[in-house]
Amino acid sequence: MSAAAVTIAALGKTYPNGTRALDAVSLTLAPGEIVAVVGGSGCGKSTLLRVLAGLDRASDGRVSVGGTPVEGPHPAVGIVFQEPRLLPWLNVADNVGFGLVTLPPAERRARVAETLSRVGLVGYGRRWPRELSGGQAQRVAIARALVTRPSVLLLDEPFSALDAFTRADLQDHLLDLWAESRPTLLLVTHDIEEALVLADRVVVLKPRPGRIAALHDVAVPRPRDRVSPEFEVEKRALLATLGRSLARTPGEEAFPAAAI
Amino acid sequence: MTTLDHPDETGLAGAASRDAGARGLPGWLSGVGVGLVLPVALAAGWELAVASGLAGGRLMPPPSRIFATLVDLSGSGELARHITATVWRVLVGFAIGVVAGTAAGALAGYSAIVRRLVDPTLQGLRAIPSIAWVPLFILWLGIFEESKIALIAVGVFFPVYLGVMAAIASVDRKIVEVGRVFRLSGPALVRRILLPAILPSYVVALRSGLGLGWMFVVAAEFMGASEGLGYLLVDGQQLGKPDQIVAAILVFAVLGKLTDALLAAATAPFLRWQDTVETAR
Ligand SMILES: Nc1ncnc2c1ncn2[C@@H]1O[C@H](COP(=O)(O)OP(=O)(O)OP(=O)(O)O)[C@@H](O)[C@H]1O
Ligand SMILES: [Mg+2]
Repeated sequence: MSAAAVTIAALGKTYPNGTRALDAVSLTLAPGEIVAVVGGSGCGKSTLLRVLAGLDRASDGRVSVGGTPVEGPHPAVGIVFQEPRLLPWLNVADNVGFGLVTLPPAERRARVAETLSRVGLVGYGRRWPRELSGGQAQRVAIARALVTRPSVLLLDEPFSALDAFTRADLQDHLLDLWAESRPTLLLVTHDIEEALVLADRVVVLKPRPGRIAALHDVAVPRPRDRVSPEFEVEKRALLATLGRSLARTPGEEAFPAAAI
Repeated sequence: MTTLDHPDETGLAGAASRDAGARGLPGWLSGVGVGLVLPVALAAGWELAVASGLAGGRLMPPPSRIFATLVDLSGSGELARHITATVWRVLVGFAIGVVAGTAAGALAGYSAIVRRLVDPTLQGLRAIPSIAWVPLFILWLGIFEESKIALIAVGVFFPVYLGVMAAIASVDRKIVEVGRVFRLSGPALVRRILLPAILPSYVVALRSGLGLGWMFVVAAEFMGASEGLGYLLVDGQQLGKPDQIVAAILVFAVLGKLTDALLAAATAPFLRWQDTVETAR
């Protein structure tokens, strides 16, 4: 296997107000690997993605993408935020094509149309963002990140605002897309099942300061069946890992049961 | 009204329906018609009262006499001359005020240092009732056009400055981050994110600036003008011609409404995307 797609080495992040959001986080992602990050609220998951996306600077340690240290937003790194963050003054097609302005218009249109069909939104190109449902808007946001064909895609709870059906649907969409060009995916989620459906590895974070509590390899072969016995077994194993790594830390908030 | 679920039917979802404002009213009263009922009734009542001798109508002339005055004034070409003078002053003052207000507001909104340096002074100046500038402007700029236009520009400047500054300072950081993720350069960030984001508040600021421009042109023309609608007002007062005063007031109302509608119509195509009560109709 070639060089690591993403290297996080002893990463620490202290916000200006003194909050230690991350402490000594080290993690390496192989090219094409899918890694899920789980952990309670406020344990630094979004911070981790923001540092990787070049939106925030690391306080200690270093992060690199494809061997180059991250100093700012990187063309090969895409991010899907927790909210769609569509630009309300652009229609769906222009939102998706936002990062493609350097392409000739015809090619841009073709890429946008192709990506919109990937996320199941054929014919929605001329709608305004305000005319979309929450799930449609989130799919547009995913399309906007995918259309530039990033080699690393960061997803911050991309499906958390959606109902179970749409969520399962979009998870399958994401896996289809991944199967095509095999980008490296780092996905934050609150949903154990989502982590198990999508990820090769699950990183469990714990808070104050945010650090890695456990790493869990997902052994279920792809394609994964959410109701198969192996899946159930794996789910119990991951829950056991979560219990071991989080329940025993006194004074700290356990992994919220609601998320499991 | 109804959001169609066919993705191809774009543009329909936001289309305003024509009968929205007139639910439950007969067709001929719909839209603008409703708003006309009260003024027309009042005018007709007054006309009748004066015609039947119930009221004198010397201090408040009946509509027919005001209309005759308007016809008179426009027939002699005088009305056009006064309107041109006034509109010209408003436009020039508005343009100067908008350019200055936009530049100052953009700088103050963009840079915290500039804001801390300049804003307290400007807020202090804003507290001065603008008419108080009149004597000073006359001393500095003379009695002719310059002082009038300066006064109008001052009136337009403040709402535009405040609107632009507040709009820039309140642009959503999350939206700006989208621009950063796509590695937009400074100018591209301004053009593709900041400008469209502030446009709705900018239009509001321009419209209130224009409104103040119309207010201030009256004050400006009170300070010794030989033409303009404000001059018609002063002239009507000095010569005891209330019909001329009311006629000038009516022209002011029409022009103010008209220029505001023009400004709104000119900017509307850029604001179709807005998610507001208005566009949801
Ligand atoms: N801009 C900021 N300034 C100061 N502190 C911050 C800032 N952003 C986040 N924090 C703090 O850093 C910690 C980690 O925040 P982060 O947003 O990374 O959490 P998270 O794991 O994504 O939580 P959630 O699951 O609720 O989204 C929290 O304690 C939070 O209060
Ligand atoms: Mg978060």
